[in-house]
Amino acid sequence: MTGQPVLTARDVSIEYQVEPPVKAVQEVSLTLHRGEILGLAGESGCGKTTLAYGLNRLLKAPALQTSGEIVFHDRGGADIDVVGLSGESLRRYRWDKVSMVFQGSMNSLNPVMSVRAQLDDVFRTHRPGMGRAERVRRSAELLGLVGVDPSRLTAFPHELSGGMRQRVMIAMALALDPQVMIMDEPTTALDVVVQRGIIREIMRLRERLGFAVIFITHDLPLLIEISDRIAVMLEGRIVELGDAERIYRRPEHDYTKRLLASFPSLRGDRGGFVRRREEQEGASA
Amino acid sequence: MNFYVRRVSFYLVTLWAAISLNFLLPRLLPGDPAAIMLGKLRRANGGRPLSEETIRTITSILGAEKGTSLWDQYLAYWGRLLHGDLGVSSTRYPASVAELIGAALPWTVILVGVATILSFVLGIAAGAWVGWRRGTWVDHLVPATTFLQSVPYFWLALVLVAVLAVQLGLLPIFGGYDVFEFPAGPEWSWAFVGSAVVHAILPAATIVISSVGGWLLGMRNMMVQTMSEDYVVTAEAKGLTPRRIRSRYAGRNAAIPSLAGFGIALGFVVAGSIVTEQVFSYPGIGKLMIQAVQGLDYALMQGVFLVITLTVLAANFLMELVYGFIDPRVRHRG
Repeated sequence: MTGQPVLTARDVSIEYQVEPPVKAVQEVSLTLHRGEILGLAGESGCGKTTLAYGLNRLLKAPALQTSGEIVFHDRGGADIDVVGLSGESLRRYRWDKVSMVFQGSMNSLNPVMSVRAQLDDVFRTHRPGMGRAERVRRSAELLGLVGVDPSRLTAFPHELSGGMRQRVMIAMALALDPQVMIMDEPTTALDVVVQRGIIREIMRLRERLGFAVIFITHDLPLLIEISDRIAVMLEGRIVELGDAERIYRRPEHDYTKRLLASFPSLRGDRGGFVRRREEQEGASA
Repeated sequence: MNFYVRRVSFYLVTLWAAISLNFLLPRLLPGDPAAIMLGKLRRANGGRPLSEETIRTITSILGAEKGTSLWDQYLAYWGRLLHGDLGVSSTRYPASVAELIGAALPWTVILVGVATILSFVLGIAAGAWVGWRRGTWVDHLVPATTFLQSVPYFWLALVLVAVLAVQLGLLPIFGGYDVFEFPAGPEWSWAFVGSAVVHAILPAATIVISSVGGWLLGMRNMMVQTMSEDYVVTAEAKGLTPRRIRSRYAGRNAAIPSLAGFGIALGFVVAGSIVTEQVFSYPGIGKLMIQAVQGLDYALMQGVFLVITLTVLAANFLMELVYGFIDPRVRHRG
């Protein structure tokens, strides 16, 4: 299944039209293949989230996509021009083809609606043919899939822990069996143990369901561990794009080297994360 | 379920405290309200001595029963209250206070209640709409309605009367119904209801015009704030219909603070329209209270205060139940 592109972005530029204008994303080109995990790394403010919003056409004024094209290659073989979508067609496209898990996991759920009602919303809107019992069954199944007890369907968001809320969000993102899932720092607000549990869950689900993931984070070591390919962003541009292994072993751009060097090793010395070949060989000998 | 039991018991305690205060206040007043009241009643009765029953009622309500302890007075007060006996009015002798309040209350509750609800619904609906479409021409609605709110409402009432009732003769000038057509007082007939509705238009319009701006402004601001919440962006990414996002995600959350304000506004339905009722000579509680205060009619005053306290409590209680229903987060607290 891999190898075929599912989402292609070409020369995408996004600008915040304030005075003076901020060029948040500049001529970014990306290809996401079926079933792959593409990591998007970079420091805060480099345009990662803006790009993610742009890919799903969620930008609001003053942000504006000034150029570029985004094409979604559907399972059936049809190509969808995402930039050309608007109104009803855009609404139908969202979540059904590309779903998102947001950065602010704590606030992504509506505080006054139960988990069930919020899952139900998705089915009601996108699958009007589904019956009530079928919707409830599917919602319970989704919660089970992400490791949340289906009895929590009736719970309200404030009754769930941060990790559970993020799992519910992932369940919701899986609801319509999308082909792409954009995850914008899905685990940033969580402690490392919960973070690991959720990442494992995402990896397991991806293997089972075969969706492609754009995983956005500033945590480069995490990306190296989970992604197939990594794109490094700096000041709105992708400065390096390559296999995770290659980025880790032989980073080419100065910024990627700096990024890798800023993570401490287990022993705590700065820059220790960048392993040198000779050092490794020395250790294994 | 526990939430409701706790709330009910809280309100019962508050109710008890309010009624006890109502009992204590006249007894703490300097002078002797009961003696003044009895004197007034005697004069109203044409100088003839009052019945033993009337004297007992007045003293048990307003205090100064010679030779009885405060505790016995308190018990007697509760006894009378539970029988609905609030004493006799001196300004409208020999009508009883309960009768007078019973006759005035429906007028106020219907007029001000309907006007308050109308104003709230209009303000919230318009506010949600203006907030949803912020940055377009509808933003001009905000300063326009705020201006209307800043006009003193008694003055607004006078202008409305002068223009619509006196100059153009479209609507009646005063009263709750046509007193010439129905000299015997209120009756249950369509003609009477029609007359009452026509008479209610101007006072209701005054209340709505002067209060709708506040609801609109509050709702509009909350709407703008809520629309930038993450869960609204999530709803959008979920591909929900704009109508659903507006009502279930943005509107519902934005209306929660206004709803608390609405509870307070409902509590003041009975007490808050004194000036409006006075301008229109509307036969409601407000007019009754002015009469009582002007004529130093202590029994009537106390009765009116009691009714006002009860409505404030009842409105708060009602709103809290509704609030718990709308916002699941408060159901589990305190």
